[in-house]
Amino acid sequence: MYAFEFERPDTVEAAVAALKTEDAQALGGGQTLIPSLKQRLASPSRLVSLTAIPDLVGVCVADDGAVCIGGATPHVRVAADAAGSYPALAALAANIGDPAVRNRGTIGGSLANNDPSACYPAAALASGATIVTNARRIAADAYFQGLFTTALDEGEIITEVRFPVPEAAHYQKFEQPASRFALTGVFVAKYGDGVRVAVTGASEDGVFRWTEAEDALSADFSAEALAELSVPADGMINDLHGSGAYRAHLVKVLTGRAVAAC
Amino acid sequence: MAQVNMTVNGKPVSGEIEGRTLLSDFLREGLGLTGTHVGCDTSQCGACVVHVDGAAIKSCTMFAAEAAGADVTTIEGMANADGSLGVVQQAFQDHHGLQCGFCTPGMVMSAAALLKDTPRPTEAEIRDYLEGNLCRCTGYHNIVKAIMAASGQDVSAVAAE
Repeated sequence: MYAFEFERPDTVEAAVAALKTEDAQALGGGQTLIPSLKQRLASPSRLVSLTAIPDLVGVCVADDGAVCIGGATPHVRVAADAAGSYPALAALAANIGDPAVRNRGTIGGSLANNDPSACYPAAALASGATIVTNARRIAADAYFQGLFTTALDEGEIITEVRFPVPEAAHYQKFEQPASRFALTGVFVAKYGDGVRVAVTGASEDGVFRWTEAEDALSADFSAEALAELSVPADGMINDLHGSGAYRAHLVKVLTGRAVAAC
Repeated sequence: MAQVNMTVNGKPVSGEIEGRTLLSDFLREGLGLTGTHVGCDTSQCGACVVHVDGAAIKSCTMFAAEAAGADVTTIEGMANADGSLGVVQQAFQDHHGLQCGFCTPGMVMSAAALLKDTPRPTEAEIRDYLEGNLCRCTGYHNIVKAIMAASGQDVSAVAAE
């Protein structure tokens, strides 16, 4: 990989200041960024590690009941510490990558990168989560803006992610066994005011809400409610692991399974 | 270049590193601890797994600078104080848990991390935990047996070959 300066601040303020350099890049757990650097797909002038900032790590429950997760919290901590407060989210975290990846990879890193096949974007979008940064709060519906694209500005750091806890939820991941990413994954979350369904791994535009399924499930929360629905293959990822039609089919099957498992 | 200090296998160490120096490179080239293997260098294979503050991580996918001040354990730190093989290592030998041996350091470190949190894992838990450790000889069956044995459990219960 190309050479870069390395900074490891211990406060958010110092990290924000360090990121003001041109071509500076924040480093979470590095489980995607370091392989990208090795392939010279990224060439920052400076890397600012966020893993030594104690304020960014931890899981708690806010007064309004939302589960709040620090931006640099590794998956393994979410899997353990959110198990009681938001089991479906904890289960998702417990099945990302492999154990060594879960010990390093962070929720903020995953959401900032917004890989089209990552798991966390599905949970954040289906839960109507709020992405809290050093500067502002961003609703999940406005945050995800396509392949590897988010509402984050240059140098903006995810400090916390707040998840309203649903009455019932489940994540179904159809795993691509080599990469351990989702070939397709569906997160279903049932709230008092309706059901939200978010799909990762399928669309060329990244994570999206399947609104037809949300309407059907809000009226009748059962897998049978999906029977008449179909997902168009247009715009679905088409690669050697699966055709667009295959992924479109998976979306419906996995949504049904997630509802049945709720 | 910058100075980095950490504890490796119980001993304080320091060395000169670049920002881009990987922990695996620092261990192997900086400290001469070549037991940590680099198989794929793309964080798929797990041959480079070491423990950082007790957690199993892929040392090819962490910068040495991020381990500053940390307590690192490598395969060289797994033997007993008298130089004899540790429990997990001995179980790998007893149950032929290695063929070419390239993946073995990472397998042993992952196994030790599993047993720390789950002292008596089921066969399914072992196979699940080893998801990020690839054996190019496909010798998984005896690796699972070795870990069952290292946890003090009966290996005959492991699924038939």
